[in-house]
Amino acid sequence: MAQDKAQTGNGALLRVNNIEVIYDHVILVLKGVSLEVAEGGVVALLGANGAGKSTTLKSISNLLGAERGVVTKGSIIYQNESVHSLSPNELVNRGVVQVMEGRHCFEHLTVEENLLTGAYTRSDGRAAIQQDLELVYKYFPRLQERRKSQAGYTSGGEQQMLSVGRALMARPSLILLDEPSMGLAPQLVEEIFDIVKRLNENEKVTFLLAEQNTNMALRYSKYGYILENGRVVLDGDASTLLDNEDVKEFYLGVSGEERKSFRDVKHYRRRKRWLA
Amino acid sequence: MNPELLFFFETVIGGLMAGVMYSLVALGFVLIFKASGIFNFAQGVMCLFAALALYDFMAPGGWVDRWFGFTFPVWAAIALTIVVMIILAWLIERFVLQYLVKQEPIILFMATIGLAYVLEGIGDILFGSDVKPLDVGIPQGASDWLWDNFNLYIEKLEIFAAATAAVLVTVLAIFFQRTRIGRALRAVADDHQAALSVGISLRTIWVIVWSVSGIVALVAGIMWGSKSGVQFSLSLIALKALPVLILGGFTSVPGAIVGGLIIGVGEKLAEVYFGPYVGGAIENWFAYMLALVFLLFRPQGLFGERIIERV
Repeated sequence: MAQDKAQTGNGALLRVNNIEVIYDHVILVLKGVSLEVAEGGVVALLGANGAGKSTTLKSISNLLGAERGVVTKGSIIYQNESVHSLSPNELVNRGVVQVMEGRHCFEHLTVEENLLTGAYTRSDGRAAIQQDLELVYKYFPRLQERRKSQAGYTSGGEQQMLSVGRALMARPSLILLDEPSMGLAPQLVEEIFDIVKRLNENEKVTFLLAEQNTNMALRYSKYGYILENGRVVLDGDASTLLDNEDVKEFYLGVSGEERKSFRDVKHYRRRKRWLA
Repeated sequence: MNPELLFFFETVIGGLMAGVMYSLVALGFVLIFKASGIFNFAQGVMCLFAALALYDFMAPGGWVDRWFGFTFPVWAAIALTIVVMIILAWLIERFVLQYLVKQEPIILFMATIGLAYVLEGIGDILFGSDVKPLDVGIPQGASDWLWDNFNLYIEKLEIFAAATAAVLVTVLAIFFQRTRIGRALRAVADDHQAALSVGISLRTIWVIVWSVSGIVALVAGIMWGSKSGVQFSLSLIALKALPVLILGGFTSVPGAIVGGLIIGVGEKLAEVYFGPYVGGAIENWFAYMLALVFLLFRPQGLFGERIIERV
């Protein structure tokens, strides 16, 4: 696999080297995944169900432990420090926050309380936290309208915004965003990706996002990795990936100019998989 | 006032006061269950343990007295017992809970049963198993004022217990609703994974919640110990807390209080007015019957957290 070092100038914020992850001592989920996230970048991690996207994110944020997963090989370097033995709260302290798949809001807490729990690890005082609360409300005005309602009663879109907002409250430098489009209407997905982009540009937050919605993810990110069966099979600039024939075929559902018959498609896919 | 009505009031108030005592025990359960989903079978033993420790810090002839030849004043003894309960919480997290993260609730429950026996044994070895009269200076006997003015017979101890419970619940409510740690506790109760993801350390939270619960156990232990002496049967009041929890909901602090009151009053009223028809002794099983009815019609209890389902 070619490691393209030409992502962006500033050097890597996060470097994952050839990690292997085993669940429950027997299930090998990642079979050597390497990736780099440049400071200030938006990097997409793409692939089908079970390809290992979430596992990759969780091994970075170290939420794997609670699911009996273990990184058995490789290294994870964040800001030139090996972080794979740090606990999740130490990582949050260093600015790595994961937004989990399926939103995971605190249902019985109000929207505002949810946001405040995001600032749990901070010790820079009430005023600073209040200021960030205002900032989150600026990006997600809808959350401000619903700040007093229980999170469990808000809509799916609002919950997704809430979980991103909650992550922001920790003043992160890297957000690991897992499947933000899950179960949301296309328009909402667009809205959320727009906000991701604005956060990246204005607040200098770096994003590593796992997505199944390849098209959307690549349009909003600068670089992409494609995972298949626990391995990176392809990586490159987002624009390059969008033009790649195989990506079009396998992930975007658009093939080349001439229509192929189903039989051809099947053959082509099988051959490609074999070569990969 | 006519004597019959007076008798009714006396029964109700007596029931309420007994209920407060149940509530105090139930509170400890609720705290731990809320934060970790663990039904802590050892809660009753924790009450016993706390009361025993307190006794030995302050009573003449206690452990401290025999070894060092002096006793602590009440306030210092209470403070020391609180420290003991916090250390106990830390030990429990360090040696039991830590290894059981992500296990089924039933396994954690079994672990707390084990814990109950271990604590009971340690309590026995350290403090001995005879009945100890605990006197922390809570006024004893009937309240003269109520007796003189209203002809009501109410124990001072019970009034004191009710007042203490009120203060305790207020403090806990403020702690849960208004503080950063309280918010984190509720967050953990809702979603462990998400709590981890925002940087809340489950281990710290568990030590905190077991400590708080240990302090509540101490309060309950003091009340029960003052009422009927510190003895082994104290650990069995945990069983009475179970119907209280089913009534009030396992996750609700106000529920534990109201549940306790309902059980206390219900028990007394049933015994007095219904007992004679069935040969008495209703008080012993009434609570469980009431719990059964609740399980049938309102399994989350009166104040249990609504199971949120979006449509």
